[in-house]
Amino acid sequence: MSNILSVVTFLPLVGALLIALLNADASRNARWIALWTTLVTFLVSLLIWWNFDKTSAGFQFVEEYAWLGPLKYKMGVDGISMLFIILTTFLMPLCVLASWESITDRVKEYMIAFLVLETLMLGVFCALDLVLFYLFFEGGLIPMFLIIGVWGGKRRVYASFKFFLYTLLGSVLMLLAMMAMYWHAGTTDIPTLLATKFPADMQWWLWLAFFASFAVKMPMWPVHTWLPDAHVEAPTAGSVVLAGILLKMGGYGFLRFSLPMFPIASEQLAPFVFTLSIVAIIYTSLVALVQEDIKKLIAYSSVAHMGFVTMGIFTASQQGIDGAIFQMLSHGIVSAALFLCVGVVYDRMHTREIAAYGGVVERMPKYALAFMVFTMANVGLPGTSGFVGEFLTLLAAFKANTWVAIFATTGVILSAAYALYLYRRVIFGALEKPSLRGLLDLSPREVAVLAPLVILTIFYGIYPAPVLDVTAASVKNLVQNYETAIKPAAAALAP
Amino acid sequence: MDAAFYLPVLPELILAIGAMTLLMVGAFTRDERAAGRTAAWLAIGVLIAAGVVIAMPTLQPAAVTAFDGAFVSDGLTRFLKVLILIAAALALLLTIDEFARAKILLFEYPVLVLLATLGMLMMVSANDLIALYLGLELQSLALYVIAAFKRDDVRSSEAGLKYFVLGALSSGMLLYGASLLYGITGSTGYEAIANAVKADGMGGNIGLIFGLVFVLVGLAFKISAVPFHMWTPDVYEGAPTPVTAFFAGAPKVAAMALLLRFTQSALPAIAPQWQQIVIFLSIASMVLGAFAAIGQTNIKRLMAYSSIGHVGFALVGLAANNAEGTAGVLIYMAIYVAMTLGSFACILSMRRNGEAVEDISELAGLAKTDLRLAAILALLMFSLAGIPPLAGFWGKWYAFLPAIKAGLYPLAIIGVVASVIGAFYYLRVIKIMFFDEAAAPFEPVEAKALAVMGLSALFVAAFALPFIGGSLVDAATAAAVVLMPGGVR
Repeated sequence: MSNILSVVTFLPLVGALLIALLNADASRNARWIALWTTLVTFLVSLLIWWNFDKTSAGFQFVEEYAWLGPLKYKMGVDGISMLFIILTTFLMPLCVLASWESITDRVKEYMIAFLVLETLMLGVFCALDLVLFYLFFEGGLIPMFLIIGVWGGKRRVYASFKFFLYTLLGSVLMLLAMMAMYWHAGTTDIPTLLATKFPADMQWWLWLAFFASFAVKMPMWPVHTWLPDAHVEAPTAGSVVLAGILLKMGGYGFLRFSLPMFPIASEQLAPFVFTLSIVAIIYTSLVALVQEDIKKLIAYSSVAHMGFVTMGIFTASQQGIDGAIFQMLSHGIVSAALFLCVGVVYDRMHTREIAAYGGVVERMPKYALAFMVFTMANVGLPGTSGFVGEFLTLLAAFKANTWVAIFATTGVILSAAYALYLYRRVIFGALEKPSLRGLLDLSPREVAVLAPLVILTIFYGIYPAPVLDVTAASVKNLVQNYETAIKPAAAALAP
Repeated sequence: MDAAFYLPVLPELILAIGAMTLLMVGAFTRDERAAGRTAAWLAIGVLIAAGVVIAMPTLQPAAVTAFDGAFVSDGLTRFLKVLILIAAALALLLTIDEFARAKILLFEYPVLVLLATLGMLMMVSANDLIALYLGLELQSLALYVIAAFKRDDVRSSEAGLKYFVLGALSSGMLLYGASLLYGITGSTGYEAIANAVKADGMGGNIGLIFGLVFVLVGLAFKISAVPFHMWTPDVYEGAPTPVTAFFAGAPKVAAMALLLRFTQSALPAIAPQWQQIVIFLSIASMVLGAFAAIGQTNIKRLMAYSSIGHVGFALVGLAANNAEGTAGVLIYMAIYVAMTLGSFACILSMRRNGEAVEDISELAGLAKTDLRLAAILALLMFSLAGIPPLAGFWGKWYAFLPAIKAGLYPLAIIGVVASVIGAFYYLRVIKIMFFDEAAAPFEPVEAKALAVMGLSALFVAAFALPFIGGSLVDAATAAAVVLMPGGVR
């Protein structure tokens, strides 16, 4: 068990190398190898979850080796990162399956890109060294750039460049901040840095530099504009990974770095984050309401949902952070599922225009059912996983600042508006368009992709404890450290 | 006078004798083509032999000066010399097939490369203004000739002439600066200069500053730092591609080595003064390298602007003026050489119907016609853009880390922003290869070019492994201690 995190991280890379050794035209084998690799990776990650000690707040399965100079290759997981690993390994086989028939061009390269991306994403959540984290965090740009650019839609070049340069610009500032932390603390070891107290004025600059990176990744208003473009142009599985996992890296970064390492700055800048979150929730929900492209609508709704996450995180309370993590996991499942649903009809109709659909329920009842579950979860209906996260974050926000909660709650209403409006226009209504008459309902492969997501959405809506149990100890520890760290500052401010 | 006296200059002697011998071999071989090919392979052998000698601890004393302190051999020179020899040997390897095709594989070329390399080794070891000038001129004169080696080609002749005129100008300035330094400090030796400056406390001496500025201007020409970069795009574009591959690698390392030792060993007492100049050169190079490359359509010109930008990044380490910074410059140059040589091996493989093509748009859809070449070039482009986990990222890490330590925050911020802007044009090359519709395929990649680009791609991709990146970083850190006795944390 000692090296299991490295195993789970680099297994997909091994699969990618295997595919690279295949003949140029071995698309079929490439698909199967990718599927098996992702499935085995998922099983290994379940093994980690099984052996994970929920009562411990510290890092587990830690491995540490000498690396370049003073840098260490150090991996480990705690309650905050554990579930993101599961989310990643869970979504990847679905991505491979979703691309089974829709990707016919350069299949081999496509699968290699996805497997490399999986390694990099898992590395982000496992890394316990700043530089190692950055390596995985930024490295993910390469495969994602290619996935959007090679297999994307019409404006793929624009979208891929925007995605790449936007994210890179945010991240290089974080890189400089990491260097400053290295010179201050003498190490890039994350557990040591978590215990290091940075001077208050330094915290401000570091916080802002990290914020630049994570806010873009998250994405928060007003630096979210790359996301709708990237989502619309990316192939279905690309959107799934983007919404399901890549966005979560921003939230994970806030939880791993900003909040615990720079608590004083976090406390002082929380109102700033709240403001941006509320603007994101309300403004992007309104923008979503007028979208004519299904994917773009879901993309904007993602930005709004991420607003709840940032709001929850910066309340710095047990409920808020638990809610934020739950919201991220739920959104990882639900938005991924919604993009898969779009992919299902897109594969048949080759359009994402909402106006091109209507009355789909008459031809695709099974599809309509699945789509409905995810729509409801997106709205945050009680009984679906979407509810738990939103409720907890709103509860925490209410305690922290009532006005924030009031504004944020209007977002819940707006999300119901755009999601239901979308559902009505696509699924209900009369089946008037002749092109829709020939639609076939979900194939067994598509059922296999969507069924686990439906089950999880409802299961976690009814019984969220498995998630909250895992995160509880680590989050409690985080909140305690945060409160002790800001107390002296608060005392100093008092007359 | 015993043999040990010559031990420090053994690598230089090997190159000098090798060059002379090759001249004889060439002169006495009847068949012109065979002579060129034999000479090229022999020259590669000579370069390797010199490299082996340097790497052998028994043949090279740890740290020693020769010729009354004018010549120095220590850990730093050994690191740089090995790097220069590798760069020269690989560039020469790339030359053979290309020149044979153009029917200009004459035996003079390898001889000139050896002489240029000899000059570079001399530059690296120079510990005296006169030794510096000798090495620099030996290198430059050989380079002027090989830039114009394609005699029948107008562009090549133009490149040679342009390089000569501007290079001569910069040498003149450097010489003028050196004479001022000599006039004011009364010595040409670095140590003596350093002592004189320190003893007299002449930090504010206007003549000294003038001398410093002129020498730095001369050196800035050689490393093509902005605003003394104007010759670079034209020479890169005009010179035959294998020659450009040579220009982009080894001479840059040698000139950077000169700059390192001159500033840190002769003028540590007026560090704040030269740091200002280096910071300016660095910012100007990074920014211009990033913006000017955007509009380029010729891939060799693109690489020229790219190299201008990369020199700016390497200078960030020098601007920091600490042990980590010196190590950072060394690491950056090593990574830069690897990436550049690989890229030029790819550029050399851009041939269609027996003709070399240089337009970036000719790469369209390369991923469909030759995935291997496209993947390697894409890897190198991502690395040049500084994306982790590739080597280019580590170069930036080790260059900016010391700048942050020295508190040069504006420099670091401008630098990383410039690197994002620069990423745009590297991405454009990848976009053309991967996203665009396929053009007609290139001719198959030749074995020698494939070997060079494969090695370079492997180095770039696997840099994060301890036995590749780690050993380079350790070697550079150990070498940097020579100039910065404080050592690295």
